[in-house]
Amino acid sequence: MALLETKDLTMQFGGLKAVDDFEISVNKDELVGLIGPNGAGKTTIFNMLTGVYTPTKGSIHIGGKNAVGKTPYQIVKLGGARTFQNIRLFKDLPVIDNIKIAYHHEVDYNILNGVFRTKKFWQGEKKAYENSIDFLKIFEMEDYADTLAKNLPYGKQRKLEIARALATKPKILMLDEPAAGMNPQETKELMETIHFIKDKFDIAILLIEHDMNLVMGVCERIVVIDYGKIIAKGTPDEIKNNPDVIKVYLGE
Amino acid sequence: MKKETLKSYLINLLAIVILFIIMKMLISNGILNRYYVGIIVFIGVNIILASSLNIATGFLGQLALGHAGFMATGAYTSAITSMAIIESIENGVIIGMPNILILIISLIAAGVVSLLVSLIIGIPSLRLRGDYLGIITLGFGEVIRVFINNIKVTGGAQGLTGIPGLTNFDNTFWITVFVIFVLYTFTNSKHGRAIISIREDEIAAEAVGIPTTFYKVLGFSTAAFFGGVGGGLYAHYLAFLDPNIFGFMRSVEILVIVVLGGMGSLTGSIIAAIVLTILPEALRDFAQYRLLIYSFLLVAMMIFRPQGLFGTTEFSMKMFFHKIRYNQIFSPRKEVKDGD
Repeated sequence: MALLETKDLTMQFGGLKAVDDFEISVNKDELVGLIGPNGAGKTTIFNMLTGVYTPTKGSIHIGGKNAVGKTPYQIVKLGGARTFQNIRLFKDLPVIDNIKIAYHHEVDYNILNGVFRTKKFWQGEKKAYENSIDFLKIFEMEDYADTLAKNLPYGKQRKLEIARALATKPKILMLDEPAAGMNPQETKELMETIHFIKDKFDIAILLIEHDMNLVMGVCERIVVIDYGKIIAKGTPDEIKNNPDVIKVYLGE
Repeated sequence: MKKETLKSYLINLLAIVILFIIMKMLISNGILNRYYVGIIVFIGVNIILASSLNIATGFLGQLALGHAGFMATGAYTSAITSMAIIESIENGVIIGMPNILILIISLIAAGVVSLLVSLIIGIPSLRLRGDYLGIITLGFGEVIRVFINNIKVTGGAQGLTGIPGLTNFDNTFWITVFVIFVLYTFTNSKHGRAIISIREDEIAAEAVGIPTTFYKVLGFSTAAFFGGVGGGLYAHYLAFLDPNIFGFMRSVEILVIVVLGGMGSLTGSIIAAIVLTILPEALRDFAQYRLLIYSFLLVAMMIFRPQGLFGTTEFSMKMFFHKIRYNQIFSPRKEVKDGD
């Protein structure tokens, strides 16, 4: 069963059809890339999938459940996690707190437990701490646990953002231009991270990216859109040789 | 609970009890006379008001300009409640009860009414992103004052008299301690973390599954609840209420305490509340320059330490235990010195 499935997804801003009948389905353990020139509608699609925009028409199913009309945090509950093009971390909080916040719903105690420091609170916090440290260990970042997020190097910040998204236990991870602003070395590390996530977690990944090295390097399937319409689908090799895609990117 | 945590809790408690005993001795010796006790009570009230406002502005990151409005709501609610209770006791409708119980009941009433009012203004305005809350609370502060001025039950512009003087040094001290404890534990729980994450980045908070509107309303109404409690305590010390003491300048005074102490630091609010309550009294001879000094302080603070006295850090006994490990007192978290 597809973890992410959209049908006839359309977004209309006044007279402009930003996205027109977009269809995609991403299965478990699959890594799909979404590419297209500037203004093609990639981010609009992303915003619809993550609950920022409500589509004009069409359906989105995450993990088999309807995701249209849900707010971003309800999408997270359904199992859709995302990262941002411009990294959005909780900058002035330590790395571990960034993960703990993503664990919010896993920690089970109410406000009174928290205020009066009952046993349940200490157990919950202990679990949150241990889970977060374990999670950081997976990403080999446990040494940075007490570092403020803003003091991490850029590549590590991106890694933390991805780790934080994964801490919400998603079914599908949506990465919005993860390589933006990275040098080749950092991009290489990012590719390794993405491969690692795919092996380690049972999830589907949808990737929007401009960096062709990254897209061709990690994606199994690629969807190309232009002016809100799908113009090509296929494996990286097929896409590389597709005349429509070459036309869109390089001109006639 | 970790042994270390328990130890630091006990040490804090011990420090507070010792402080209480010392002050109590000074009062019974007459070194602290009635005038000084009055200032201490106002310090307590200001600590409650500032640290509760800090939840909304410092921890949640929402601009709230009408804290005096919640203070007024709480002050009048508690005053009317306690007067009604005492009247019922005199008429034999209900059995007599100790003063402290009357005070606590009326303070809870004050908090609850302030909380309800905050829900009315918070739910619509906090659904939006941006500074709408600032504008609405600014208006609310004035509306509540005009409202109180024009209804009968509050005594209108003549003020409300005959409020029992239930607030004294003892109960102010312990209520302040209790409020600080509750606010501290609240901000250091998963709910507090959710609130802080909204200050850090609202969009990211929503994207990791935090229901932001709920937590914004929760933080704001917590601030309003304790703002009401602070107002109630204030009313029972003054024993007289006049709507004009809850004007816009009162809100600004509380906000100044929060900003000076550090947005996001309860310790900062406590220290700043002490300083900024004593300062005007100490400078009584220059009363006309008070606002000048306030603004000068703020400007100087913005230039030299824009994050406030304490920034977002808290002072704690634990910090001294960890002093050697971190080798820093005021920024207890280890930072990476060079890149990777």
